[in-house]
Amino acid sequence: MLSAYFPILVLIVLATGFALGALTLSHVLGPKRPNPAKSEPYECGMRPIGSARQRIPVRFYLIAMLFILFDIEIVFLYPWAIVFDHLGLFGLVEMIVFIAILVVGYVYVWRKGALEWE
Amino acid sequence: MPFDVTELVIAIVKALVVFVALLSIVPVLIWMERKVIADIQIRIGPNRAGPFGLLQPLADAIKLIFKENIITQGADKVVYFFAPAVSMVPAIITFAVVPFGDTAHILGRKVLLQVADVNIGILYILALSSLGVYGIVLAGWSSNNKYSLLGGVRSSAQMISYELPLGLALVGPVLLSGSLSLREMINAQGRAGVWFIVPQFLAFAVYLISGFAETNRAPFDLPEAEQELTAGYHTEYSSFRFALFYMAEYVNMVTVGAVATTIFLGGWRGPFGNIVILQPVWFLVKLFAILYFFIWVRGTLPRLRYDKLMKLGWKVLLPLALLNLMVTATVKALAPQSAIPIMSVLSLVLVAIGVIALTIISARSTRTPASGLREPSAEGAFYTWES
Repeated sequence: MLSAYFPILVLIVLATGFALGALTLSHVLGPKRPNPAKSEPYECGMRPIGSARQRIPVRFYLIAMLFILFDIEIVFLYPWAIVFDHLGLFGLVEMIVFIAILVVGYVYVWRKGALEWE
Repeated sequence: MPFDVTELVIAIVKALVVFVALLSIVPVLIWMERKVIADIQIRIGPNRAGPFGLLQPLADAIKLIFKENIITQGADKVVYFFAPAVSMVPAIITFAVVPFGDTAHILGRKVLLQVADVNIGILYILALSSLGVYGIVLAGWSSNNKYSLLGGVRSSAQMISYELPLGLALVGPVLLSGSLSLREMINAQGRAGVWFIVPQFLAFAVYLISGFAETNRAPFDLPEAEQELTAGYHTEYSSFRFALFYMAEYVNMVTVGAVATTIFLGGWRGPFGNIVILQPVWFLVKLFAILYFFIWVRGTLPRLRYDKLMKLGWKVLLPLALLNLMVTATVKALAPQSAIPIMSVLSLVLVAIGVIALTIISARSTRTPASGLREPSAEGAFYTWES
């Protein structure tokens, strides 16, 4: 069964080789004439003010956490969809309960305003 | 495990063919995009390099190789160097599970026209398409540029948000076909006698809209919104490093289009479908129809505001995908034999519900703009610093 994945490995090697090869090639072929003005981070021609590695609004972390929660639930839906034919009505009721719990969480998140962007 | 040398050679040749084909579709697609956008905007578009300007993307690529690689002051050099590759590699290898034809008989051997027929095809695609976000975030963070960082953070939030409706939309077709293998899904569409776009039109719409967002295409190209962020996450990238990001975007477009073709449009199926030579042709025709639609949308729709983008993903597409899934599951449980005909009728109702939901949500958002983003009024915030 694992041999089915072998061509993917070949493709990974090809893709990685291409990407790294192209990066190296342009590194070798391109001119190298750095000067202080050129290597300054672009900020519309101004001298950069402060560091670029600033703190990120907490909202983005919230979205990331919500994504993890919902994505795991979605992954659970795939095996269920595969064996749905064998489960019949039992599978349907079971999954309605599962999704109802998910929807309760979803409504809570919505009502709490976690999905609002100012 | 007994290992057959011929099998080995076939695997390598197939991977090579798909790899070369993917990389040669990219310049064609770039040319097509520039020409179609030019047509939409009543311009001529590229027409100097080669016939009809066909060689323009190639000329650009050669030019870019010979340009200087600028490394920003204070950039994290290792991450900065590898980020374009991290963006490019998943884009290419996602295509491995997409079948572009049935079985061909070459030299008395059965050869599947597909790089790898793995039985978890759709999970493989979902897993790899979420890897693509790393390249963008790492590029944005390592550049030591505020625009890049903003672009990277925006795109990470956008891409993971649209990952959810995208994943949910694909459960519907999986339910109807009972398999995760893309080859099996095409066979199921053959047995049903109808492409899954008919019984699953809402899922198709949700998938395609999420696909626009996943590939950072207009109207969801906020990670690289020129007016706000210069060029977003690749502001500091020059030379071929920039070209890799550019190519990755187009390869991703091809992959999203190919998956949509396979799952919703019957893949390589078409008239005279049993002629093996014609199957890749049908596949390409459908693929390019979807890609044309991508370009058309870019030429038509203005960019969304960020809060509206997140609202569309979380408050419209996610519930709609869930609704489509529940309706499909209920129909499948109650009438397993005639699920596809019933769903074909019901999908019209579902689409109507989708349009109504979209109208209500967008009407609500125009009535009550979020406080922080209100337009500056003449006597309001705009002039207060003067008085």
